[in-house]
Amino acid sequence: MSATAATAARFDNHWSYAEEVEVLTFDLNGETFALEAVIVQEILDLLPETAVPGSQPFVASVINFRGKVIPLADLRLAFGMEAAEATIDSRIIVIEIDLQGEQTLVGLRTDKVNEVTTLAKSASEAPPSIGMRWRADYINCLVKRGGEFIILPNLQAIFSSKHDAAGAAS
Amino acid sequence: MSTLDPVAVFRMEAAECLEAIEAGLLDLTHQLDNKDLVDAVFRGLHTLKGSGAMFGFEALAAFTHHCETAFDRVRKGEVAATSELVAAVLAARDHMRALVDQPDANHGDTGSKLLAQLQAAVGGKAAPVAAPAAVVAPAIVREVSAKKKNSWRIRLSLPANSMANGTNPLGLLDELRDLGECTVRANTAAIPPLGELTPTELHISWEVMLTSEQDRSAIDDVFIFVLDDMELSVEEIDGAATAAPTVEKVAAAPAAPVSMAVPPTAVPEFRPVEAVPVRREAPAAASQAKSAENVRVPAERLDELMDRVGELVIAQSRLSQLASASADIALRSVSEEIERLSGELRDTMMVLRMVPVATLFSRFRRLVHDLARETGKVIELVMEGETTEVDKTVIERLADPLVHLVRNSIDHGLEMPADRLAAGKTEAGTVILSARQAGGEVIISIKDDGRGINRERVRAKAESSGLIHPGQPLSDSELLQLIFAPGFSTAAAITNLSGRGVGMDVVKKTVEALRGAIDVVSVPGQGSEVSLRIPLTLAIIDGLLVRVGSGRYVIPLSAVEECLELSLEEDLRSRGRSFISLRDSLVPFLRLRDLFRTGTKPDVHQKVVVISTGTERVGLVVDQIIGDHQTVIKSMSKLHNNVATFSGATILGDGSVALILDVGHLVAAGQHQEAQLRVTG
Repeated sequence: MSATAATAARFDNHWSYAEEVEVLTFDLNGETFALEAVIVQEILDLLPETAVPGSQPFVASVINFRGKVIPLADLRLAFGMEAAEATIDSRIIVIEIDLQGEQTLVGLRTDKVNEVTTLAKSASEAPPSIGMRWRADYINCLVKRGGEFIILPNLQAIFSSKHDAAGAAS
Repeated sequence: MSTLDPVAVFRMEAAECLEAIEAGLLDLTHQLDNKDLVDAVFRGLHTLKGSGAMFGFEALAAFTHHCETAFDRVRKGEVAATSELVAAVLAARDHMRALVDQPDANHGDTGSKLLAQLQAAVGGKAAPVAAPAAVVAPAIVREVSAKKKNSWRIRLSLPANSMANGTNPLGLLDELRDLGECTVRANTAAIPPLGELTPTELHISWEVMLTSEQDRSAIDDVFIFVLDDMELSVEEIDGAATAAPTVEKVAAAPAAPVSMAVPPTAVPEFRPVEAVPVRREAPAAASQAKSAENVRVPAERLDELMDRVGELVIAQSRLSQLASASADIALRSVSEEIERLSGELRDTMMVLRMVPVATLFSRFRRLVHDLARETGKVIELVMEGETTEVDKTVIERLADPLVHLVRNSIDHGLEMPADRLAAGKTEAGTVILSARQAGGEVIISIKDDGRGINRERVRAKAESSGLIHPGQPLSDSELLQLIFAPGFSTAAAITNLSGRGVGMDVVKKTVEALRGAIDVVSVPGQGSEVSLRIPLTLAIIDGLLVRVGSGRYVIPLSAVEECLELSLEEDLRSRGRSFISLRDSLVPFLRLRDLFRTGTKPDVHQKVVVISTGTERVGLVVDQIIGDHQTVIKSMSKLHNNVATFSGATILGDGSVALILDVGHLVAAGQHQEAQLRVTG
């Protein structure tokens, strides 16, 4: 647990200690994303969601994770992608991250969870300043693998930002 | 989990011990001849000395020893308890605390100074026939005679097959132990060599030395069910040898004659003995055993347990759904059993974290005591509602804010005795610390009958420090709220009690962090009252479960006044004017469906839940009222901090999450939305 906490805290520079990093890859709208494996707590089938009126759209609901009420985030909306219907492959990845000094469990809705793999530091690139639809500060880096890019999101930036699209009920 | 550092454990125990000592001393100031309090303080000091020495706190042990000696003399009636002595020991207690916290630090000559004070307090009144001592003396006599004890030597041996009959010799020994001080010696001579040993047979006999206030029949009662088959001898000891040893030897044979079952009263009677050696610490040991019934558990473990219980309840409800659909009687009965058990477990769990506010309030007695000495004011502290239970975390976080508030009341609020008399008040100022539960909130208030808050000075100060413009119109409550602004203090002179310009803003921040609110009421010349309204986080609340669209929500039952039906016609008629007439008064209402933007059509039979926010009544239109629901409040993560409409969430029986409405914020949000509608529409 403490190892997880420490790792989550230095998530932004997760390659400063090793040449390789173990990640869990998943798909969202046809793009492949990756999360550092140590922050992943659990992978769940979809659960009943409870909408929280007035919350930021990308964390618009909460779920019951082992007796705890945790937020369920849709990274799609943070990246400005289209919302999509759940499929048979849809899963929730529960991660633990540091939010303003507090270890917080967050569920991430994904289209498909792929595999745990290792990515090499040498293959990573900083997000390009142009040519990308998404906010650059939401992305840690891109890693080339085969013919495609794997996106490592900057969860700290995403979850600590005050989103422009404010609460719906206010 | 890491093992606890023994020194840390000692520190926790010492803190508790010091608190008990302090409480005892403070009580003692009011009733100097109370023997029980003297004993209690003595026991506390004795325990602290003993365990301090055990854990290597030599300085503490040595220092405490002197205080203990002083109190021992009071206990024995050699000196009288005086307020000087109590004050000296109170000061000494603070030094002990320092010795516990920093045993290696250099405490200078504080210790010797305190001991000199102590010596003066004890020595000054050392006259053996001092009048108060005479008052104390009879009390001691009474206590000794009430605690007359008898000692017995009990030998017992049970037949080898007795365990097969369900007799548990350990249970018998435990019962003897409950009677009094007990030394048990096992006689293992009859145990056969390992090769011949039958593990189910009993070969051990016991010899028990028992000192007890109970009489002989209590011992016989212990063996009442096994008396027929065993060998038992009960001998009264103590050198007096007045009672003849009685031996009951009963044949283990199944054909034992009925007459052999000697009733306990038939044994030769014993005569009470006069001289009885009583271990001095016996009463102390008993009281320690009682306090040890409290177990310290880290809060996060309780949280984990709470979550597990929550999961269990959910799993149970799934089980009962399966069982009700099944024809298997056995499955149904197990399911019902589990339902009952998990319900009980949940109820027990709920109250585990709750502690009475008495634990919080008790520390203010010392504070007020000290402040009274420092300021020269006469202060009476009244505490009300100490049994009100609040979550432990809340109690811990409220400690500092309350210290500030009480200090403020005494320093700024209460006048000097002469001024009070001049103002036609009693000499003693009163500070009332009260707690009460109101629905999902606990209200803790600090009330004084002092001079009240001087509005002119508050305004002048706020204007000079730039908080408000000169002459800026403010309502009375807005003006009073200014005292919570950072850097604000009305103390003309900075004392060491308060007025350092910090405090009230910290109070406000802490209370707001607990999602609470502060109300200030102040009447010039008559006093002030500061009320903290704190929600009972993690507490259980009674809620009304309602459905709005497809979502389910909990409305705290304490806020609910009544439920009405909103007929379709009335709903249509009320377009444009969102209020209904309820017994000739107008009640505005909010359509939660609109507020939450559910995008669903209203139900045909909508309901209006009329809630009261304290000052106003508001109706909430919901689609369906599902019913009462016992609600465990779960906090939501920081990601939902900005959503003030909900005070938390709860998990329903089917495992889904329902949000708990924060009634006050909801009404505010509704007003905001309507104001926007008016602007745009």
